[in-house]
This record gives sequence, C-alpha cells and structure tokens, in this order.
Amino acid sequence: MKLILTTALFFWFGLCHAQVKISGKITDNKNRPLSGASIQLKDTYDGATSDSLGNYSFISDEKGVKDLEVSISGYNPVTLKITLENVPVSFNIALKEQITELKAVVISAGTFEASDKAKGAVLNSLDVVTTPSANGDITSAFKSLPGTQQVGESEGLFVRGGSATESKIFIDGSLVNNFFYSSTPGIATRGRFNPFLFKGTVFSTGGYSALYGQALSSALILESVDFPDRSEADLSISVVGIGGGIQKLAKNKKSSWGVSFNHTNLWLAFNVIKQRQDYYKVPVANQGDFNFRIRTKGGGMVKYYGYISQNSTAFRVNDIDSTVLKNAFSLDNINIYHNLSWKERLGKGWRLNVSGSFSTNKDDMANEMQDAANQKVIISTPDFYAFKNFNLQSRGTYANGKLLFEKKFNGMNAVRFGADYFYSNEKSTYTLYDGSKYDEKVGDKMVAGFAETDVYLTNNLAAKLGGRIEHSSLMNKWNIAPRASLAYKTGYNTQVSFAYGIFYQNPERRILPGVAGLDFSKASHYILQFIKQTKDYTFRTELFHKEYDRLYKTGFGNNGREVAANTNGTGYAKGVELFWRDKKTIKNVDYWFSYSYLDTKRDHLNFPGRITPSFAATHTASFVFKRFVLPWKTGFNFSYNFATGRPYYRIAYDNTQNKYAITDEGRTINYNNFSFSVNYLPGLGKQNAKAFSVFVLGINNVLGQDQVFTYNYNNNGSRKEAVGPPSRRFVFIGCFISFGTDRTQEAINNNL
Amino acid sequence: MKKLLLIAGGCFVMLSSFAQSEKFTAAMKKNLAELDSAFKNPAYLLTLANNFERIASAEKTQWLPYYYAAFCQVNNGFMEKDKSKIDAIADKATELINKADSLSPGNSEISCIKSMIASCHMMVNPMQRWQEYGAVSNENMEAAMKQDPANPRPFYLKGQGLKYTPEQFGGGCKTAVPVLETALEKFTAFKPASELHPNWGKEIAQQIVDGCK
Repeated sequence: MKLILTTALFFWFGLCHAQVKISGKITDNKNRPLSGASIQLKDTYDGATSDSLGNYSFISDEKGVKDLEVSISGYNPVTLKITLENVPVSFNIALKEQITELKAVVISAGTFEASDKAKGAVLNSLDVVTTPSANGDITSAFKSLPGTQQVGESEGLFVRGGSATESKIFIDGSLVNNFFYSSTPGIATRGRFNPFLFKGTVFSTGGYSALYGQALSSALILESVDFPDRSEADLSISVVGIGGGIQKLAKNKKSSWGVSFNHTNLWLAFNVIKQRQDYYKVPVANQGDFNFRIRTKGGGMVKYYGYISQNSTAFRVNDIDSTVLKNAFSLDNINIYHNLSWKERLGKGWRLNVSGSFSTNKDDMANEMQDAANQKVIISTPDFYAFKNFNLQSRGTYANGKLLFEKKFNGMNAVRFGADYFYSNEKSTYTLYDGSKYDEKVGDKMVAGFAETDVYLTNNLAAKLGGRIEHSSLMNKWNIAPRASLAYKTGYNTQVSFAYGIFYQNPERRILPGVAGLDFSKASHYILQFIKQTKDYTFRTELFHKEYDRLYKTGFGNNGREVAANTNGTGYAKGVELFWRDKKTIKNVDYWFSYSYLDTKRDHLNFPGRITPSFAATHTASFVFKRFVLPWKTGFNFSYNFATGRPYYRIAYDNTQNKYAITDEGRTINYNNFSFSVNYLPGLGKQNAKAFSVFVLGINNVLGQDQVFTYNYNNNGSRKEAVGPPSRRFVFIGCFISFGTDRTQEAINNNL
Repeated sequence: MKKLLLIAGGCFVMLSSFAQSEKFTAAMKKNLAELDSAFKNPAYLLTLANNFERIASAEKTQWLPYYYAAFCQVNNGFMEKDKSKIDAIADKATELINKADSLSPGNSEISCIKSMIASCHMMVNPMQRWQEYGAVSNENMEAAMKQDPANPRPFYLKGQGLKYTPEQFGGGCKTAVPVLETALEKFTAFKPASELHPNWGKEIAQQIVDGCK
C-alpha cells in the first residue's frame, strides 16, 4: 500500500514536471528580427533571450494558462496569455517601437541648439565660450554660426537680413529688455550676462516656437543652470578688472545660493592698447549679483537671479564737420535686474512653469562740442552744430510674466499653452543746447496667449503646430501668428525639416512715440533644412525665404527727431546656409565651418526705396578650430571670420523733391578677423589641490587686418569717415582661480 | 493511512518550499558559473542579465539577482562599441540596481554598481561628462567604502579608474598600483556572506598590477 502510494505520488510529481518547449521569433512591426529581447513566463525563472535572428526557445515545467512577457528597451512590452500542455508551442511576437527621444526625429528647422544633453545640439556649452572671436560674449559666439552678420559697429545679433532690434533674448522664459550694456556711438557693447550662468541655449534664426514673440527675425533662448556641483569660491584677475564670488550648496543638495562681485576697469588695457577714441573717463563697471535655487518638495525648482550694475564711460572723437572741434560723449548707467522662475510637476504628465522678470534702467547721456582745449563750445548756427550739444536722460521700468502649462503624453506627444504679459514704461528728457527740454513718455502693456502641440506620428515623422495672439496697448491692435514645423527622418542619421511662421513686432523705442494708428510690423518665414549628424560630424544646410511687411517708415517728430510715421515699408531676405563640424578627421582637433549667402532688400526708416541695408553682407563665413594638448595642459583655439563688404549710404532729405534720397553710396572692404586664444591649466590633474587656476591669453585680430564696418558722413556729405574697431587688436590676459573644487572645465568656460 | 497522507502532504509542502530556495540557489549558481565566459562574449552578457532579471522578478524579494542583472548590464555597457547605445543600457542597469537598492538599502556592493553605472555614462563623452558623472561615480565609490570598509571592490574600482586616467590628470600606474594593492589585501581577507554573494574583481585587479610592473 505504502509502496503504491509513494509510486503514485512520484508519478504524479513526474507528470506534473513534464517539460514543454516554447519557441518563436521576436520581430518589430516591419517583421525585422529583434535580438536581445527578454522572454519570460511571468513569476517563473523560465524564459530566454532572443538571438541575432530574433529566435528564442526554452523549456518549462509550467502547466495551464500563463502570462508570456516580452520586453526589450525601445519597444512597448507585450504580455501574451498562453496555455501550456504537453505539446511544444510556438509564438511569434511583433513589438511596436516606442517613440523615444533617442530615436525620434528632431524638429529643428531654423534652430541651433547649444547644450551638453540635447540631441541634435550642434554646439555644447563649452563651445559657446571657447570660441576666440567671441571674447566670452554669449551672442558673439553665435556669430560663428551661419545666418548671422559680422557687425562690429553696434551690439546685437543681425540675423538673415534682419536688424539687431529684430532679435530678442529670453532667460528662463522671460524677455530681457537691456541684455547689452547701453549703446555708445560706433562701438559694440557686450552682453551683461556671464556665459557661465547658462546651461542650455537655443538660437533660432527663424521659424521659432509660438511660446515666444515680438522678434521679427530671431530668438535667443537661454536656460539658467541648476545647482552648482558643490560649494566653492572663485577669484579672477585680468587686464580688464577683478572679480570674485562664492556659491554655497546646502548639504542635502536641495538648495543653493551665491553672490559675486565684478569690477571692470579698462584703464590698464586702454593705456597699453591705443584706442581710436580719446577716453577722458575710461569705461568702469561694477556689478554685484545674487542667486538662489531651491528644489521643491514635488521635485520642482525655484530659481532667482538678480544683479545691480553701474557703469560709466566718456570719450571724445574729432568732429566730422570741423577740423578743430571735438565731439564728446558720456554715459552713466544703472541697471537692476531680477528674474524669478518656478517649475513644478503637477502629476499625470502636467508641468507648470511660472516666470517673471523685473528690471529698471537709468541712462544719463550727454554729448557736447569741445574745442582744442577740451572746453565746451556752443555753436548755434548752422543749427546742425547746435544739435550736437544735448543731454538725454532716460528711465525705463520693465516687467514681464509668463505662465506656461505643459502636458506630456505617451510617445513624446505634448501640448503647451499659456500667457505672457509685458509691461514697459520709459520716460526720457531731452535737453537741447539752449536749455529747452522735451519730455517724452512711452509705455506699453502687452498681453499674449499661446498654444502649441508636438505631434509624433512615428519616430520618423513629427510636427509642431502652434499659434500666438497678442494685444499691444501702445497700438491698441491685435495680431494672430500661426507657427508650424515638420520634421521627417530620411535615414539613420539624416532628416529634413520645414518651418513656417508669421512673426510680429512693435516699433523699436528709438523711433517712438510715433504717429497714432501704427500697426505691428510683420515677417513671414519659410525654412527648409537638411541635416546629417553622427557623433563625429554634423552637416547642416538651410534654405530660407523671409517676407517683410508693414515695416516702419520714419519722418520728423516735433523736436527734429526721427519717429515712426507709417507702416508702408516692405522687404525680403532669402539665402542658403551651410554648417559643417568635424571632431574626428584630424586627431584631437575639433573644427567647424559656416557659410551664409544672403540676398536681402528692404525699405524701412528713411530709406528712399528698397535697398540692401548697411548691416547685410552677401557672403559670410567663419572657421573655428580647437585643440587641447594634454601633455602641455594647454588648449589652443583659433577662429577666422570673413564677410564680403557691406553697402553704405548717405541718405539725406532732398528739399526740392520733398523726400529722402541717396546722395552717395559705396561698399566697404571685405571683413577679415583672425583671433586666437590659449588656456593654460597648470594644476590640471593635481590630486586634492586646494585651489585651481587657469591662465588665459586671447588676441583679437592677430594679423592686424584692416576692418571697416561702415562710413559716417558729415552734414553736407562732402566728407566721409570709416568706422572701424576702437583698436586694431585687443589682447586679453587673465588668471582665474577657484577654491574648493577642480573647476578646470568651468574655468576655461568662464574667461574666453 | 491518514497519518501517512499527512506525512506525505507535509513532506510535499516542505519539499516545495525547500525546493524553492534550492531552485533559487541552483539557478543563481548556474548563471554565476557562466559569468566568466560571458565576459568574452558581450551578447551572452545580455542573455545572462536577462536570466538574472527573470529570477529577480519571480523572486521579488531577493536583491542578489537584481544586483547581478545590473552588473551584467553595466558590463555590457562598458563593452558596447556604439556609443549612442550606451546611455540606454546604463539606464536599464540603473533601473535594476534601484530595485536591488530598495530591497537592501545602504549596501556597499550596490553602491559599487552605481559607481560603475556613472562611469559608464561618462564614457560616452568623457570630456563633456566627467564633471557631472565623475562626481556621481566618486560619491558612490566613497559611499561603498564607508558602508563596508572590508569590501575590496570600491578600492578595486578606484584603482582601475586611476589606471585609465591620463597621467596629466593624476592617473596612471604610479597612483593606481598602491590603491590596487590595498584592494588586493582586502580581497585576500574578504569572505563573501554566501556562495551567491559578490566575490569578483581579484583576478582583474591582479592583472592590472602585474601589467604595471
């Protein structure tokens, strides 16, 4: 009895454990085999991994209805209910590819991204600052990319036939009103922001997202850094000034704060390097800034950055209308800026971004005629002399806020919508030679609403569709701007993109207050792009066409100033651009090459008709070359910028015909600038060093090539004078020391 | 008869629970035995990773299979030649090691894998990424040393990292060998908690030291 029972038990046991073979093939939707997929009977050890032909097979003791789970990264997992009996079974399973950032096409027409992480980025954060011709200025780095002009006489980005006022700059979603130091005649000023403040940059040369507006040509979108890697202090000493700061990271790494102070003084540099202008007050700037960043409980982030900056300068140049008199210009500026932003995850794929900025700007400018002894002289006849003696005091208050909701769906699809509010209030007092004062006030309150959706049909085809609506109190008008981009992946590393959009902009401050009833000026963009990108090289080409409508024409205001008179101006810009970057062909060398062809004409301001504006060169090219020599602990960077000559005009009012006419015109010589910089890092690799230092030498226009940006005319047009850089070359020497951590990379970043 | 059935029944229950842990040990041992050969064939490393992951997901409460699955994945990442694929592999390893971490928090061995995963991410573009991932890798290595000072593996990882760091950055044999020798001393003294517990690294450490002579 016992024996029978035991035998039966064993038999039953054995039956139970009869093994069955499960096999099949794993493929994608298009029946291509997938290797490396994991196949598993749920809650058992039984399973297999598919081989290079997608085949799998395993044996199992399991019986009955079971879950067969198949998974491989990049594909949606599948669970199959299967019934196991005593006969071998076979299951062929097709998996659907997930739409993932890694594989999906990038909607990129019109944009350059500088980032360490974003796919499709053409530059990384280091490149922005190690390009020698840029001299550590963020916007200047983008002048080594196609689409931008090599304009040296004034600041800003001149993109695809657009003027600098057609490019707007945004930090963490908020518009920055005084990104550059206040303009000085004939000298480009630098941006106020240290490149090290930002971790990612999107530079759009057209067709940008509906989240942004008020820029006819270009948007530069900057994203500030999160937490510092650790607490640290730093110090800088250079020929242009001194600075220092600390960054403190909380122990739990959930908050940080920092302060820094910089004193810029060009006394030494200007004494060694002769300037074209006679500075009777060398440029001096003092800036103190403060920041804090807090990680919220929900995993969001609150960031604040703010500064107070003061600067002053005064210089004289020979007056163009006389042989003995001088023109003396002085500027005092105080600028205060605050930017606060809050990003939060709201759950279920929703995100909230709230950002706001508040700034004030105070400019006190004076211009006067001086005699040989540098004493002020007032000459009231002819009256154009009289107008050279004036004071201009301007006070501006700016605020803007942005509210953005984003909902992410499966497969990278997303919807974004929100609203913008812009406030500006600018007052100015213009005092003439005879003491007569003209007060002006220009204010605007603008509201905007926007919505945008990212639609990924497959990994190969995606679209971004959006729209923006704006109302400006200045003009009391509405506008509606549609935007659309499409991207199609044509191969493993190639893609084609197209972008279309309408963009509106208010008149620039310089020509306000204008006549009543003005409308927004308008630009329509059409961009076609092709990109081939691997980890070692990038080839990118774009064709674009831009149509301008309702550009502002100017007339004379009541104090003789040029003001907006109507919106009868028109224009166009079209061209082709190439970009090539190669990190592999030459060992240890990274170089890139940009070329732009531009055909543009416009009728705006006081132009007598459609002409190529003086800020547009037909051919522009740049070449940047970088090499780090490890044994020498030294990096070498070279850049060469070239542009064909730009047109220049003397436009004067013809009293006999009652209109503006061109009385003289020409073309400048070609622009050439060869710059280089060297970074030496003596402490590189020293373990546990307490301080880390970097020495930098940078020379702009090494070969001393002649550079003419444009020409200035005297009052009657009988004489013209070339406008060039303030000095033929500029040499920068500096030392940067940081305490607390090895900041090699950052030190390189910080100074160029 | 009743008694007999009861005994048989009881035996069966005992047998099956005993069989469960027996089965676990056997399956783990079988896969662990294949680890060495898998290092010569990266494709097989993925198969082993999947094998360990299956054991882990069936067991649900054992940290070791998740640990080994992550270990196989991260080594697979180190061997992957197509750099565009490495991040996805390292992310998979992170997913697995996080599961191990939640089952066995503060484990020195798990910190070692986390350090390796960060190094793996860094490898995609060392110039650009060392600042971020280098710090994460170091942090975990130091945590591993603190969590179990007797564990030789964080010392081995540190020594190995130094060996492959250029001399100008303070690496090379000169700085690596003393650290690896410390690791080797610890390897000699180290007794794994069971035959399934991590006990790898000594041979490679010895090879690097020999290679430096």
